[in-house]
Amino acid sequence: MSVAAPAEAQVSAAPLLQVRNLKKHFPITEGILIQKAVAHVKAVDGVSFDIRRGETLGLVGESGCGKTTTGRCILQLDRPTEGEIVFDGINLNDLDSRALSPLRQRIQVIFQDPYSSLNPRMKIGDIIAEPIYVHGLEPDAQKRMDRVRELLAVCGLNPKMADRYPHEMSGGQRQRVGIARALSLNPDFIICDEAVSALDVSIQAQVINLLEELREKFDLTYLFIAHDLSVVRHLCHRVAVMYLGRMVELADCDELFDNPQHPYTQALLSAIPVPDPDIERAREHRVLKGEVPSPINPPSGCVFNPRCPLAVEGCRSDIPELREVKPGHWVACTEV
Amino acid sequence: MTVSQIEVGAEVEDLVQRAPWPVLLMDMIRRKPLGAAGAFIVVFFILIAAFANVIAPYDPTANAFDRMHMAPGAEHWFGTDQFGRDLMSRLIYGARTALFVGFVAAFVGSTLGLVLGVASAYFGGLFDLVLQRIMDVFMAFPLIIMALAVVAILGSGIQNVIIAITIPFIPHCARVVRSSALSVREIPYIDAARACGFGHSRIILRHMVPNVMAPYLIMLTAFVGQAILLEASLSYLGLGVQEPTPAWGLMLQGGAEEYAESAPWIAIFPGLAITLAVFAFNLFGDAVRDALDPKLRSQ
Repeated sequence: MSVAAPAEAQVSAAPLLQVRNLKKHFPITEGILIQKAVAHVKAVDGVSFDIRRGETLGLVGESGCGKTTTGRCILQLDRPTEGEIVFDGINLNDLDSRALSPLRQRIQVIFQDPYSSLNPRMKIGDIIAEPIYVHGLEPDAQKRMDRVRELLAVCGLNPKMADRYPHEMSGGQRQRVGIARALSLNPDFIICDEAVSALDVSIQAQVINLLEELREKFDLTYLFIAHDLSVVRHLCHRVAVMYLGRMVELADCDELFDNPQHPYTQALLSAIPVPDPDIERAREHRVLKGEVPSPINPPSGCVFNPRCPLAVEGCRSDIPELREVKPGHWVACTEV
Repeated sequence: MTVSQIEVGAEVEDLVQRAPWPVLLMDMIRRKPLGAAGAFIVVFFILIAAFANVIAPYDPTANAFDRMHMAPGAEHWFGTDQFGRDLMSRLIYGARTALFVGFVAAFVGSTLGLVLGVASAYFGGLFDLVLQRIMDVFMAFPLIIMALAVVAILGSGIQNVIIAITIPFIPHCARVVRSSALSVREIPYIDAARACGFGHSRIILRHMVPNVMAPYLIMLTAFVGQAILLEASLSYLGLGVQEPTPAWGLMLQGGAEEYAESAPWIAIFPGLAITLAVFAFNLFGDAVRDALDPKLRSQ
């Protein structure tokens, strides 16, 4: 898979999605009948970003940094503790489940695991047809099946597979079914939650190409949550880096990979192995000291300060805000 | 961009080919002889119950005071009871009562338990907490005591017997189903259904219920045997089916107390019928559990 910058597509400036100071804290409860919260896991703790129409924003970070929770909050699968999620001018946090329903058509999701994201008791055709039926997009059963076959074909599957059950398909095929289901409601915005990380490398390339094709064909906007940085570089226009529930850096894709500013981003990028052993041996590695702190009791000030090579006294007390160091390049660090 | 346009999977037509059913049947008998025996007896009882009016040699309710307490013989294979009624005919018609009560009570009880258990797991929170504590109260009573209480309130009769047996089944099934449903709720296809904006009832009935069918079917088959036993117990205690309806527990009551020494066949044959039926349903239920539990399934 070659690492190339995405073609400068028609990325318009107006944000489709605005996330403002998003927080999601999961309570840790104690007690049998009367449960009281003894602590909170701060999975996402004050994240803000915009996604423009037609853009693909990559969201990267190590396991447990809150990137999946951010996606689930946007989908309203988990209700955020605090903050605003404004989709096309509507704040999703204000809506109850009934009012959310029409908006769910426009925001869809592709899950990581193609094995558990399809109901094993339903045929492929029914899995894709069900959202169309529930939202009343195509009341006629015959036309609905035509639409299902069309979606399967668009996703590179044989339309005959509508009669199959998920267990009769391979992982790559099942992931395509997941994509077809996401497309069935004609969404504007798709959250790809580690959509390719469960697939092997050759299938990954196929699915990524499919996602790129669909983006152009249907004017889709993606939030691409991943930990594989080479995939992110290939697919995304802009990249956001998260660490321990906070956003540490946000920049255009090439800018972030060529000129990372935040010490965490620099360490993350230096962890990408280089295929050439000579270069790999010669190049400078930045290995972070210590472990990721617990999100239950994060460090005061900048959450990265205990592991940061640049940390100074002020980092232990002041929480750094994202600031624009270059046009379009935002870093949450006082020392760069 | 041509990579993704390759049609995937056209080559796997007719991947699943099924063997003809006599082969499957022989295979099952060889691998699960006890389960097959149970299934065979279950089918035998169902056939007897279905064709009772054809098979039974006498009218099960016709008294014949000139032939009371007749020992088993050529004319009456299983003998006659204290009213001169043919025991074999009564046993055959009794199978009808037993299976009807057993199937209806087990089906209604476990199905209500299924819906309650899945709903409890799906909604969680306070709803789950309150519902489970109510279930705890019901489960604190032994099955027979609970059934006795219901009959005491509603009165006897076949309909009330079914209700009395159904009610204590509900929490037992709900508890087992709930634990499976709790794990199903966390699987991403439920998230996918929620992200598509499906309603609660659709998610519960179409996405969760079909995926907890294994524990449901196991409970269902186990309950049939238990329900037959409960019905016999209630009838024996005089709180169940009333004379002259032929029912195994009732026959046992009539025979065991007064004629245990002089005419033991009056008690022996209904007892054997109850034992055989419950034993068969339990064997069958065990085989169903083994077949549906992937951990026990042989390769």
